[in-house]
Amino acid sequence: MTAAPDPRDRDGHYISPEGYDAAEALQELDRRDLDAPTRRLVWRRFRRNRLALASGALLAFLYLALPFAGFFAPYDPAQRNADAIFKPPQAIHFLTAGRFAVTYPMVSELDLETFTPRFAADTGDPRPVRFVARCGPDWTAAFVVRTNLRLICPPEGADLNLLGTDRLGRDVLSRLVIGAQLSLTVGLIGVAISFAIGMVLGGLAGYFGGLADAAVSRAIEIVRSLPELPIWLALSAAIPPAWGPVSVFLMISVILGLLDWPGLARAVRSKFLALREEEYVRAAELMGASTGRIIGRHMMPNFTSHLVASATLSIPSMILGETALSLLGLGLRPPAVSWGLMLNDALDLTAVEIYPWLLAPMLPVFVVVLAFSFLGDGLRDALDPYS
Amino acid sequence: MILFVLRRIWAMVWTLAVVSVLVFVIVNLPPGDFLSNQIAQLRASGEAASVARAEFLMREFALDRPMWQQYLIWVGLWPGPGGFSGLLQGDLGWSFELNRPVSAVVGEALWLTVALNLFTVLFVYAVALPLGAIAAVRANTWIDYLATFVGYIGLATPNFLLALILYHYGAHWFGLPVGGLMSNAYLDQPMSIAKLGDILGHLIVPVIVIGTAGMAGMVRRLRANLLDELGKPYVTTALAKGVPPARAVLRYPLRMALNPFVADIGNLLPGLVSGSVLVSLVMGLQTIGPILLSALRSQDYFLSGFILMFVCFLTLVGMLVSDLLLAWLDPRIRYAGRDR
Repeated sequence: MTAAPDPRDRDGHYISPEGYDAAEALQELDRRDLDAPTRRLVWRRFRRNRLALASGALLAFLYLALPFAGFFAPYDPAQRNADAIFKPPQAIHFLTAGRFAVTYPMVSELDLETFTPRFAADTGDPRPVRFVARCGPDWTAAFVVRTNLRLICPPEGADLNLLGTDRLGRDVLSRLVIGAQLSLTVGLIGVAISFAIGMVLGGLAGYFGGLADAAVSRAIEIVRSLPELPIWLALSAAIPPAWGPVSVFLMISVILGLLDWPGLARAVRSKFLALREEEYVRAAELMGASTGRIIGRHMMPNFTSHLVASATLSIPSMILGETALSLLGLGLRPPAVSWGLMLNDALDLTAVEIYPWLLAPMLPVFVVVLAFSFLGDGLRDALDPYS
Repeated sequence: MILFVLRRIWAMVWTLAVVSVLVFVIVNLPPGDFLSNQIAQLRASGEAASVARAEFLMREFALDRPMWQQYLIWVGLWPGPGGFSGLLQGDLGWSFELNRPVSAVVGEALWLTVALNLFTVLFVYAVALPLGAIAAVRANTWIDYLATFVGYIGLATPNFLLALILYHYGAHWFGLPVGGLMSNAYLDQPMSIAKLGDILGHLIVPVIVIGTAGMAGMVRRLRANLLDELGKPYVTTALAKGVPPARAVLRYPLRMALNPFVADIGNLLPGLVSGSVLVSLVMGLQTIGPILLSALRSQDYFLSGFILMFVCFLTLVGMLVSDLLLAWLDPRIRYAGRDR
């Protein structure tokens, strides 16, 4: 006696009537895909951490948008406006006055008691705001194309400062967007440098042991015990004042990377020490593989991902470091634009009280640092797919 | 134990020597310093008296000698123009910009710096210990999430923003003083009870600002350690046989989790000292931070060199204390050090 043929059963195979629950199958102890490639396991685990995923997406977007930052800036970051000094943020009103988006020009009026200009929106004069249009001076996209296409164009004959203006009447939003280019890359370059130093020194110590190990371990201990900021300050004070903005920027990244390597070197060293004892390394050695091949081919793949995670976690401190250095006037120098430099104006407590929008660069610093922390934490947790 | 202490102190002295070389190199990196600019100016004037003065300055500050001799003279291991007179002999050098001895320039700022950092460490411990313990015992409840949230805020907020916000609201709501480390009335006054109280009041905001980031990391680590301990069978046993829950946590698991907590000061201290320099600069505290910045700007290298040395020294002493504390807490560490 057989059951009625299942309509799904075209090949005559048995099909369980209980159905298949993917989530439950994932919980099963010795499921088949446990021998899936590590990167798939890592990805699967990483994907479950929503916060890390969102942070990763945000950072990817920010970094990909960097070459096209000019598109998001309504103005040239260096453009001054003598009529709009310390102008408060201005709003865009959607679907008003029969237009899709309008803004009301800010009219200034001298306050005769404090002798500072007071700004007020002139609601009787709506001006249309254009989106994705051509206006203002050209900017260079990805170092090649020159264009003046912008996401938001201020209306004709009026200003549009969504985040207000600073003490020279420059648009804070535009400077914020352009400043991201330097503030975000400084961390990457710094980490690349610290990565290089950490890999080489940690590798030397871990692979060769003995004297090299002792020397590197001592160096790690010493550098780790130095307070970073004063040393950063001293090193950046040594940058000759005649250098151009680009060389200063590179130098600052190098300085930020110079003190950061001990953590990485220590991780590399301990990984090397552990992996050197593995059988497959011994086997490769016996088969006559060169040192370079053993390190590059057999050992590196085992820990590069961990290093990437710890590097991700050390980018925030570099971004904060650049901010602190520029804030104190020993980091990047004008005409460069960075978040730290913008905050230099906000150092004054009274300025912050009267013009709170000068603190706007804090927000991206905050968001980026948090995003890197979440991403790094997520990566670190995901990289151990068997736990 | 005595052997351990001696070995640990020896390691610190050794480290300090290396650090002093580093600091000397760093402060001498800029091509023109205050003194050589002054000498060049005197020479350029061409007057006999000025040239003679330039020569005198060259000799007085040993600029005519090779670099390594200058270093040894600075440290006090080589006879300089005035005999052995360097850091080791307590002669901190001369500030060219202010034309006063370095010791007179830094003076009170040194003690205020030490006090600021000491209070910050105490604050970090006093807050992180209960917060981390509660976060672990009540894991995944609102108080745990609150601790995590505060932790992330502390991690991601640049110190000085926190400073501005706290000053603003502290002054509005609690009448806390804004800026500086003492009221103007007490500047240059000898130490007294009233002055001490005034300084303590001014310390509240900076201590919170500097400590928050370190505290956040501390709470997270203590929570993780304590969670590991709480999952162990002996805790279950203790609870099962009727030990009161508070006692079951405090008696052994907390003590086990405390070790990394003490050891952590090594990671914490460099960050705290960095933070105290930055916050002092932003908030105008009378510590060595602002003096360091102006010395670096004008390349007044005896002054900046000494301050850098002092800051590193402070960190190293703190680490030494934490190591000794740890060894006292946990005998295994004393013995483990023996075969190294």
